[in-house]
Amino acid sequence: MSDIPLGAMPAPAVSAPPARRQARLPALVVLALGWLVLMLLVAFAADLLSPFPYTALDLRNRLSPPVGMGGVWLHPLGTDELGRDVLSRLITSIRMSLLIAFGATAISAVLGVTLGFLAAHFRGLVEHAVLALVDFQASMPFLILALAVLAFFGNALPLFICLLGLNGWERYARIARGLAVSAGSQGYAAAVKGLGASPWRVYGRHVLPNIASTLIVSMTLAFPEIILLESGLSFLGLGVQPPMTSLGNMVGYGREYLTRAPWILLAPSSVIVMTTLSVSLVGDWLRDRLDPTLR
Amino acid sequence: MLRFLGLRLARALLTMVLVVTFAFVVLRLSGDPALLIMSADAPPEAIAAFRQAWGLNDPIWQQYIRYFAAIFRGDLGQSMRDGRPAIELVAERIPATLALTLPALAMKLGIGIPAGIHAALHRNSFADRAVMLLAVAGFTVPSFVLGLLLVLVFAVQLGWLPSGGQESWRHAVLPVLTLGIGGAAVLARFTRSAMLEVLGQPYMRTALAKGVPWARAVRRHALPNAAIPTVTIVGFMVGSLLAGAVVVESVFSWPGVGRLLVVAVANRDLAVVQCILLLVAATMVSANLAVDLLYGVLDPRLRSAPREATA
Repeated sequence: MSDIPLGAMPAPAVSAPPARRQARLPALVVLALGWLVLMLLVAFAADLLSPFPYTALDLRNRLSPPVGMGGVWLHPLGTDELGRDVLSRLITSIRMSLLIAFGATAISAVLGVTLGFLAAHFRGLVEHAVLALVDFQASMPFLILALAVLAFFGNALPLFICLLGLNGWERYARIARGLAVSAGSQGYAAAVKGLGASPWRVYGRHVLPNIASTLIVSMTLAFPEIILLESGLSFLGLGVQPPMTSLGNMVGYGREYLTRAPWILLAPSSVIVMTTLSVSLVGDWLRDRLDPTLR
Repeated sequence: MLRFLGLRLARALLTMVLVVTFAFVVLRLSGDPALLIMSADAPPEAIAAFRQAWGLNDPIWQQYIRYFAAIFRGDLGQSMRDGRPAIELVAERIPATLALTLPALAMKLGIGIPAGIHAALHRNSFADRAVMLLAVAGFTVPSFVLGLLLVLVFAVQLGWLPSGGQESWRHAVLPVLTLGIGGAAVLARFTRSAMLEVLGQPYMRTALAKGVPWARAVRRHALPNAAIPTVTIVGFMVGSLLAGAVVVESVFSWPGVGRLLVVAVANRDLAVVQCILLLVAATMVSANLAVDLLYGVLDPRLRSAPREATA
């Protein structure tokens, strides 16, 4: 992992003939991208799109089935036990889950890259300390660590996002360290350093843009993991707390009504699956295009 | 070889020390356990007595050392809720968890590895594409969704199997399936890419060029080399035998370690949480150690190489 050859980066077309690199997007990737754009739009325009406030009760239409299963257009995806509109809750949940996933991914990338650069810059003791932390993080199932922290600290949304941001930082740290070390031995970093640039400038302005494609690919690969983690914890009732709602929350709540009102659970479940599937497909495709060194 | 062993052991011990320190730091940072466990309007004398009893008045480094010593003796504290030793509570749940995770592990290995190898050997065939599609699906469908879907189909609609509880072997079928399918998918994907990488190596070409039959080249040259990365992920699966079923146990109301953990977290029963944390860490570290030793057996080059070679 640490000795990733950097040769692939500046010369992207290793063996493929140039014509094939302009091939059209695979249909599946187009679909996946379309779905992700839709999700982003929903997240941004959640307030405009939801027909009802997500906590509004409609007591005359409790457990109303979705359209197509005998329901009415007033509640296209049905309602839950309290008569809350499933579509509105779904929209709010998508926003919450995406917010958490983006926040956590950003935190773990920044944390990991910073630690990786620190290790690469100072070497010696700092590097050993970072690597020991990486080992520790990589050798523990993150769900267990997260549960332990939640038990000790209780739950609040900012804490929850930061906690999820600790997931997977070790992968960015490994990548950043490995690439920064090999960048150090390449001409451009040494040249900038020779011109008197500060370490901030060397790493921020020169090394970072050079390794960005690798980092972006690993971010897309880590993103579904965060969504799954968040929805898993929320499903267990230990993540996002009511009255706030996330996709995992909805599934956890809908589980009680599995036999009587399966739509409460099926709507958020399919959004989770479609979203993680789409991000994975796009991530795999990006990886194949941008960075064949990652697997 | 001795140096190799020593390094691995030291690394395992260091990880354990880090985990124990993590538990201690988090425990102390999280606020006053006395106030957590007693209600806010408890009489001050009761709180003082509680603090005295749990040694919360001593300097922090003394508590740290005492903490280490206690763990070394196998004393992991009592459940703050019902007063029984935490380790006892956890230990009686272990068989139930293993009853799910061991068959699931067998399923993952039995399906995932052959499927991955087959897909790699028949790259771009129909079977390869099917395996990869299933693998991506298995990886992206969260276990609670898969579990609930299985319940919906096999318990609610068809009525073949029970949806939860732990009365007979039939109750274990759905949870084992849920665990096994996801894991098999991950393993198949991993095995496939490991195999593909190995099949493209020059030594494979050399073996074929000198006239070794394809089947023998695969068996003698490709499989052992592809085993090295695959062993890593299998090690992780073995290490999570205790902790890998948290969500699935909750879906199926299965009284295992994971269920206990979730309840303990919700009740903030810190002794139990910490006991499970340490136990899981110990399992994980042992599994990683075993993997490291296996590397040494599988690949003699790694015995003397610097540690980063495997990291």
